[in-house]
Amino acid sequence: MNQQNDNLYFIEGFLVPETPAHGEDPQPWKETQVVGTALPRIDAYERVSGRALYPSDVVLPNMLHGALLRCPHPNARAKRVDISKARKMTGVFAVIPGSASGTNIDWSYRGKGKTKLFDSHCRYEGDAVAAVAADTPYHAWDAVRAIDVEYEVLPFVSDQRKALDPQAPKVHEEGNVVGKPEVYERGDVSKGFAEADVVLEQEYTTMTLLHTPVELHGCVAKWDGDHLTLWESTQGVFAIQGEMARALKLPLSKVRVINPYMGGGFGSKLQPGKHTACAAILARMTGRPVKIFLTREETYLCTGNRPSNIMTLKAGIKKDGTLTALQFTATGESGAYPAGGVQLLDFQIRELYACPNVKCQSTDVYVNAGPARPFRAPGHPQASWALEQMLDALAEAAKLDPVELRLKNIPTYSQSNAGNPPYTSTGLKECLEEGARVFRWKEKRADQKAKQEGRIRTGFGMASALWFLGGGRPPSTVVVRLFSDGSANLNMGASDLGTGTRTIMAMIVGEELGLKPNKIQIENADTGTTQFTPPSGGSKTVPSDGPATRAAAVHVKQQLLEMAAQDLKVKSEELAIVSGKVQAKNDPSKSIKIPDISGLKTRGVIVGVGYKKPNPSDRAINPFCAQFCEVKVDMSTGEIEVTRFVSANDSGRVMNRLTYDNQVYGGITMGIGFGVTEGRVLDASQTGKLCNKNWHDYKVPTALDVPAEITSIPVDPHDMEANSIGAKGLGEPVTIPTAAAIANAVYNATGIRVTSTPISPPQLCKLLAEGKRKG
Amino acid sequence: MEKEPEQQKCVCEDSSTSAEEQPGKSGKDISRRGFLASLGVGAAVAATGVHLPAKASTEVMPAGNLVRISLQINGLTHSLLVEPRWSLLFILREKLGLSGTKVGCERGECGACTVLIDGHPRYACMMLGVESEGMEITTLEGLMDGEKLGPVQKAFVEEDAFQCGYCTPGQIVAVEGLLRKNPTPALEDIRTGVSGNICRCGTYHNIFKAATRAAKLKAGKGGA
Repeated sequence: MNQQNDNLYFIEGFLVPETPAHGEDPQPWKETQVVGTALPRIDAYERVSGRALYPSDVVLPNMLHGALLRCPHPNARAKRVDISKARKMTGVFAVIPGSASGTNIDWSYRGKGKTKLFDSHCRYEGDAVAAVAADTPYHAWDAVRAIDVEYEVLPFVSDQRKALDPQAPKVHEEGNVVGKPEVYERGDVSKGFAEADVVLEQEYTTMTLLHTPVELHGCVAKWDGDHLTLWESTQGVFAIQGEMARALKLPLSKVRVINPYMGGGFGSKLQPGKHTACAAILARMTGRPVKIFLTREETYLCTGNRPSNIMTLKAGIKKDGTLTALQFTATGESGAYPAGGVQLLDFQIRELYACPNVKCQSTDVYVNAGPARPFRAPGHPQASWALEQMLDALAEAAKLDPVELRLKNIPTYSQSNAGNPPYTSTGLKECLEEGARVFRWKEKRADQKAKQEGRIRTGFGMASALWFLGGGRPPSTVVVRLFSDGSANLNMGASDLGTGTRTIMAMIVGEELGLKPNKIQIENADTGTTQFTPPSGGSKTVPSDGPATRAAAVHVKQQLLEMAAQDLKVKSEELAIVSGKVQAKNDPSKSIKIPDISGLKTRGVIVGVGYKKPNPSDRAINPFCAQFCEVKVDMSTGEIEVTRFVSANDSGRVMNRLTYDNQVYGGITMGIGFGVTEGRVLDASQTGKLCNKNWHDYKVPTALDVPAEITSIPVDPHDMEANSIGAKGLGEPVTIPTAAAIANAVYNATGIRVTSTPISPPQLCKLLAEGKRKG
Repeated sequence: MEKEPEQQKCVCEDSSTSAEEQPGKSGKDISRRGFLASLGVGAAVAATGVHLPAKASTEVMPAGNLVRISLQINGLTHSLLVEPRWSLLFILREKLGLSGTKVGCERGECGACTVLIDGHPRYACMMLGVESEGMEITTLEGLMDGEKLGPVQKAFVEEDAFQCGYCTPGQIVAVEGLLRKNPTPALEDIRTGVSGNICRCGTYHNIFKAATRAAKLKAGKGGA
């Protein structure tokens, strides 16, 4: 029972923060004792021991394995699907083509674009045609291969420039433009360009990227009568629950989605896939649980991507560096359904630098390829590729230092949000100055002026960024329960994508209740037992669920102090929690151990509920970032080696220094992929098929591609307005400027401006050779 | 939804839902050597690890037939019936419940399924169960002492050398293999040692630190 004399869970000598009265917000933390420390993750044991059960690890009694037949053509009509041979094969339990009962399910892409689960018109390579359940995945794939499909192969278009040609094959009846172009305008750009001393214009292009989280997309589906349970590898169990309930016409109460651990998503696991519906249908049909995990090749085809963009940017500055005008025209590839080909693309053009005259037009384009999905900071790294290279070029043309040029144009308020609200904090200046100081930017660039000779050239580049979300947002509900011995349980709906969500939330509870974070029990990401919150994404989990967690812990404290007040005959506002006891602030002799509090004994538990409150409507809340890097370029092979990175981030309060730095390293690594190694290749002229649908041909950064030296510099502006924990989110901002910083460093080393991603050896070799010819 | 009667017929009598239920299908009539020679990829893989006769057999084994094999995993002997085409990875995860070995690509690219074969890191997705006989297989679970973490696992915790944790078992086993071969690796050795293991979260920087720390932890324990 209660081991009252042993300290099993509380932090010795820790006076917890003030407890606000009911209905009042807690004050921002001043000094913190748990939050901000470099605490190893509280779920580290599970993750390094193999004990953590990821959805792909789930094996249930009697479980079958499913597989999907996918269209091999970029545009085709499945005229006849013959399953007669497949269904007779060894180990096969069920085969469902589009004609099978129960498969006539409406499908959309997060609410956009109407199609069917098995649409006879397959508009992209990899769209689903049929599904199989068998006793082993081997037998399932045998059966998939035995399904005989007669396709009417249709003309396709897989390139956004060609798609905009009026003669191009139409992906949809209405044409190849998704909706209407997005237009933003402020001031008068022609006036702005007339005022400028330097005006430059350049086209920039970025290739399509694939998320490729190491855990494949997939799920296990199991029915208990009319109650469906899904173990899905997802960033948001409630999103899966909602979409599957809608697709299967079930109440939310009959769909439970469980996913306490998941193996990476980066935006590609915010929604169910067709596999999810197929697993549910096959499980119901066979009366057995069905597991469907995609192959790696399938994930390349149909689980989303960062869309390719073609962007033209025209920009003007005065001699002193003042920006006078920005004009941005872009297209992007949504894929075969409306999926956000230009989502958030122009946000940084509008917001990152003070500029009175801005005009943006972004056009989303259909092509016959897998639909896009949000990918870590949607739109932002692409626009950064354009904007930050442009600023580098402008600085050179005006003979200004690139850092000085940016410092000249720092915004203090949001220029494109309605009402121009001021930022709660903008650490952009501090990021630029601190980053430059630690990198020794001025000294490095000064040394660089001497002309380099030889095969290996060194270059230094930098870029900055902001991310469009910072303060989090409702809804989020979190429950904290205090057990009768004073230890606690944290109950939240959020998935921990690997960002450290569980650890950070446990630290918040620990801070408020004086508990050791690693002694707090956590339940998360289960629609049956935890509280509603939107998917983890957008770097909004800490700023949304963090304040809700703090509010829940505060609610526990309020109730606990009221109970103790009755025992101690002291007003609750005069009490505080310290070292596992409640005591009077001005008379420590009046104290009671938490397990001895009568009210807690009587009830056996205290339940605290916390909600994320709306953000202040008259403030803009955004994280900022500046990155500096060193590259070495081999002038004969075009290979580049990224040798050093410094990232200065204003993401508000550092919640855990270990997980914070880890996000920085990870964001930079992913940015190196975008800038240097990655790009989806479609055979646009012949077959329209994806050529590099594996990790061998589509190269993500490995241990050999990252710099040995990466420095993370948190710039904490002590933002008291962003939300009750003062954190603004980090995961996305830190990957935005990386590729542009590398491109600027490559220019610094070689004098070659690489405007198309990736800066691959073949491309750089070609550009170097052309540069030589021009002399 | 109504059940489709026709599809219920597809429940075939010889479906191998559980290998143990089908002792009669041990496939004794087909030698392992003959099977390997008949299977193009298997033969190519096996050519390095298993001695094969030079001439290929034309014998082809139907899918679904099972052979009895015996695997040495983490010091225990497992006797089981497998289809000859089953990968070691599939057997470990889906038949033996050793889910510490993860699946990422099933084509030898990502390293999530790295196990030690006779002490050397190998991709379990690129090995067949039938060719793993007679080898000493160590999975992530085999690096533990009961509930106690091994030194490499401890180092990964302390250096925060993971994010989502899915590639982590493979990274840990790769580092374990590296340190068994080279107890005092330099940074470049570590980079090369884990270069066959993709971490999409991008935590390589901390993996390097963890490998360095693990080397020290192991040395402190006399190379445990």
